[in-house]
Amino acid sequence: MSHITVEGLSKTFFVSERSSGVLGSIRGLVQRQTREVQALKGVSFSLKRGELVGYIGPNGAGKSTTIKILSGILVPSSGTCVIDGRTPWKDRIHHVGRIGVVFGQRSQLWWDLPVIESFDLLRDIYRVPPAEYRQTCDEMIALLNLESLLSTPVRQLSLGQRMRCDFAAAMLHRPDILFLDEPTIGLDAVSKLAVRKFIKKLNQTHQVTTILTTHDMDDIEALCDRVIIIGDGRILCDGSLATLRSQMSSRRHLRIDLKADEFCFAADGVSLLSQEGRTVTLAFDPIKLSAASLISQITAHYDVADLFVENPPIEEIVAELYANVEELKVKN
Amino acid sequence: MNAYRSLFIARFALLLQYRAAALAGIATQLFWGLMKVMVLKAFFSHTTAAQPMTFQEAAGYVWLGQAFILAIVPWSGDREIQSLIRSGAIGYDLLRPIDLYNFWFTRALAMRTAPLVLRAVPILGVTMLLLPLVGLAEWFLAFPASFAALAAFLLAFIGAILLSAALTMLLTVSMMWTLSGEGVNSLFPTLIIMFSGMIVPLPLFPEWIKPLLNALPFAGLLDQPLRLFTGNLPPSAVLTVLLHQGFWIVVIVLLGRFLVSQGVNKLVIQGG
Repeated sequence: MSHITVEGLSKTFFVSERSSGVLGSIRGLVQRQTREVQALKGVSFSLKRGELVGYIGPNGAGKSTTIKILSGILVPSSGTCVIDGRTPWKDRIHHVGRIGVVFGQRSQLWWDLPVIESFDLLRDIYRVPPAEYRQTCDEMIALLNLESLLSTPVRQLSLGQRMRCDFAAAMLHRPDILFLDEPTIGLDAVSKLAVRKFIKKLNQTHQVTTILTTHDMDDIEALCDRVIIIGDGRILCDGSLATLRSQMSSRRHLRIDLKADEFCFAADGVSLLSQEGRTVTLAFDPIKLSAASLISQITAHYDVADLFVENPPIEEIVAELYANVEELKVKN
Repeated sequence: MNAYRSLFIARFALLLQYRAAALAGIATQLFWGLMKVMVLKAFFSHTTAAQPMTFQEAAGYVWLGQAFILAIVPWSGDREIQSLIRSGAIGYDLLRPIDLYNFWFTRALAMRTAPLVLRAVPILGVTMLLLPLVGLAEWFLAFPASFAALAAFLLAFIGAILLSAALTMLLTVSMMWTLSGEGVNSLFPTLIIMFSGMIVPLPLFPEWIKPLLNALPFAGLLDQPLRLFTGNLPPSAVLTVLLHQGFWIVVIVLLGRFLVSQGVNKLVIQGG
């Protein structure tokens, strides 16, 4: 049974504009020009309970608009969305009491209050029973290692510490749905890993259905079995990382460490990506030429110190997808 | 209800941190009070006609006004909420399972009551206790004449705080339409200060305008509670005062609620 169902979600904004210059602003006084911006053009997907999905796309693709609609704080122009049997924007107050939201760009804690007082306030706002609150709070403090931060005012926390506290805050009322909007933005390596571990853990132990937007492909690789890629208000791709890879290209990379400087190799379906000193990277299409035969051909001609066959980085694939979106936009 | 109580306490405690500002404010308000009392003194010693209030009552009225200046005069909307509205971050307040108007009203209430502790208590102390000691007996703030007068004042004072918080909400919410907010935030407080009796006590206004001033909600902020305190209004008038305040609180809260819900609709349709 699906936990979140979204169908044909569209959102059109009207942005007022004025022509540049003094004349333009005078004209703007009399006649206001508005331009339609279609942030979403019919987005559909559904999530099963406990699924952890990466929702990615270039800036301005409509990620935040989707999250806002799913959170009930924005009404779509058309389309339906059912979460746990509720339509978010029709039943906003009830709905937001059952979801957790974390924004990497913004804290939901009270700037001047010590962390624990923010938590207590949230307990009252979400009407969490004291015993349940105690239990969740202890669990979150242990999971995120917050003990030493509890009495510090939020404004004095580092970004990494604040993010951890924000995660705990989003979970205090035990939501079974979590929307994470760029939760790892600006974090250092250690905090990123801590946040990822936490997301994974929540998803596994509490079966929290999670939608994660990010620009960090490592987040996606570490956490998500499934990715939805959105561009220009439409879904470009929805599936596992492996599907995404095969849909975009079956190309593999072969990195060779040579023992000599000289290297010159050509075959059908093989191209040279880079050559830096004695390290050479080739791209090849395994359908045309298998990795085994490529390697045997190379080792027959050259002295090889080491070899690696690897997938092209997910970043490259996504960049390729994004570039296609830009082309589409230009054509239209 | 728990949520609002906790929010209020958190906000109240936070506002108590601004002690240096309060100290500066106390000095300013005492100075201004002194000026006003001196002007009134000049007026009362040269007036030949009988005035609707005595000098002692007028001086008391001024001192009380100075003490409660921040508590019951809505000087401005909630700047923090206004900056949230300007930046669009206000959308995130909608993520709380809580009524937005009540949520903000609680903040406004804290904003109006915190200055009572920080500013009103010291100013009252100086004007009630210190002034007579330094030989300005005539200028000091006299205790209410009777227990009934004190009780009447306290009731009206609670009404004034609620009315003030409701007006603060109107100022705050106006941001959802004007975006810059400075216009509303500087125009309305000026009118409110004048019509509440902060500048010149309302009883000293010309007769012809008094019916209007007394009917407006602003009389319930400062003028009527202070007159109950000084004895210019008899304690038995408290019922009328409370009715007047109650009527306006209901009207202004309903208006504020309507504006918030319209603003939220605009926000959820058009985006932050």
